[in-house]
Amino acid sequence: MLNSYEIMETIRMIEDEKLDIRTITMGISLRNCSHPDGKIARKRIYDKITGLAENLVRVGEEIELEYGIPIINKRIAVTPISLVAESSDEEEYIEFARTLDQAAKDVGVDFIGGFSALVHKGYTEGDQRLIKSIPAALAKTERVCSSVNLATTRAGINMDAVQEMGRIIKETAKLTADRDGLGCAKLVVFANVPEDNPFMAGAFHGIGEPECVINVGISGPGTVKAALEKVRGERFDLVAETIKKTAFKITRMGQLVAGETAKRLGVPFGIVDLSLAPTPTIGDSVARILEEMGIESCGAPGTTAALALLNDAVKKGGAMASSHVGGLSGAFIPVSEDAGMIEAVEKGSLSLEKLEAMTCVCSVGLDMIAIPGDTPAETISAIIADEIAIGVINNKTTAVRIIPVPGKSVGEIVEFGGLLGRAPVMAVSNYSSTKFIARGGRIPAPINSLRN
Amino acid sequence: MKAIITVIGKDKIGIIAGVSQVLAENKVNILDISQTILQDYFTMMMLVDLSRATLPLDELKENLDKTGESLGVSIKLQREDVFKSMHRI
Repeated sequence: MLNSYEIMETIRMIEDEKLDIRTITMGISLRNCSHPDGKIARKRIYDKITGLAENLVRVGEEIELEYGIPIINKRIAVTPISLVAESSDEEEYIEFARTLDQAAKDVGVDFIGGFSALVHKGYTEGDQRLIKSIPAALAKTERVCSSVNLATTRAGINMDAVQEMGRIIKETAKLTADRDGLGCAKLVVFANVPEDNPFMAGAFHGIGEPECVINVGISGPGTVKAALEKVRGERFDLVAETIKKTAFKITRMGQLVAGETAKRLGVPFGIVDLSLAPTPTIGDSVARILEEMGIESCGAPGTTAALALLNDAVKKGGAMASSHVGGLSGAFIPVSEDAGMIEAVEKGSLSLEKLEAMTCVCSVGLDMIAIPGDTPAETISAIIADEIAIGVINNKTTAVRIIPVPGKSVGEIVEFGGLLGRAPVMAVSNYSSTKFIARGGRIPAPINSLRN
Repeated sequence: MKAIITVIGKDKIGIIAGVSQVLAENKVNILDISQTILQDYFTMMMLVDLSRATLPLDELKENLDKTGESLGVSIKLQREDVFKSMHRI
């Protein structure tokens, strides 16, 4: 029999340290749903999603009950809608978003990702229509998430798209002004977007994926923090070792749940995403892990190094615990969803610029950051360009999910509620980037040798 | 299906008896049992076999919750695989 220490450790991790499975995400290909008649395409989409995901929530709940481990979200990711809707003759894709929303509602999932386009090298007609539809689609639906890939290391950066997304983000905020720009919390732009990411808002079902797949995202910042409390003051060697061991244990849970979910639903298991995903709940914060390492407040000098160590050790520990690792796999630093980050911004120890530096050593990028509502679209585009450049040059995924909150200025607080949390509005440089963004075109793909 | 039942709380007379009674009534077989005082708490762990259980899992858990409440302890039932996969390579 297992020894009592081991059993108690697992129970403590779940009960006190908020260990959970953050999400079970079912990826569904909609490639065979295209049709010249939009109505027929939407019926096919609805039928396929509700058919395949019919039991997703029930199976998730069954596993929670049997294994006693909370599974916070059950979600769906679909083929980028720009690819599916493109063969229809419709000029805008808002009805497609409505169909996704209805399907998500009817199977009981809180978010469905894939109102997406991949435009890193240029636009197709479908991409153009989809991107133009984003603001209204996010305003008129509740559960749909949208993402746009703007760059890859191989293709370079599509600066026309970067320019347009600045405007789209502003427009999305405007259309959801009554909810503090909530639409922007469901919209993310990427460089090097992964095709099997289970986390929202960026989840979609990539074109190299099978018909249907189960991907799982783990969590557990609280568990890592608790483990580090036991090695306070020790050398970094032991810190790294402790994180690795903890990440191994956390990931084993993810692997178990992923395998069991896939088996019960009769679909293949895809990947476990090794991201430490925080929530606004006290004790579930990535910032607190960095502070436990000896940083007085997140954002102080040393923060980037601490995060680099954390991110790498989580991957090393997690990689051995799972048969297939994928998705984003890196520590998340979403401001509004992390109690420690929120406090650090309020105290003035964490700035947008420091967050940008932190994203060089972890995923996912500038995430859930509220900025003043009067920030010009060009400045938002330029923030995106900076973040995307980090991803392109460093051959990694980066993303921007930023909310220009209508009518709010620096220091005010925005409440998004639930898992999206609350965010203090952060300061943005007042100097203009308008001429830079107005150029358009493409920034060429970087050279991948001579790496310095 | 094998599961681990953990009972944690303040020590008092009749905890093992109370929990075992619920299990016996519902044809849950106890395979192994250990009890200790851990960090000032009464801690009992049982390995049980649910293959002949007469109640669905959610109802059995409800029954255990009620028993736990009346005994002033917390009772959890989880599949054994959770612990095995976390602690055994």
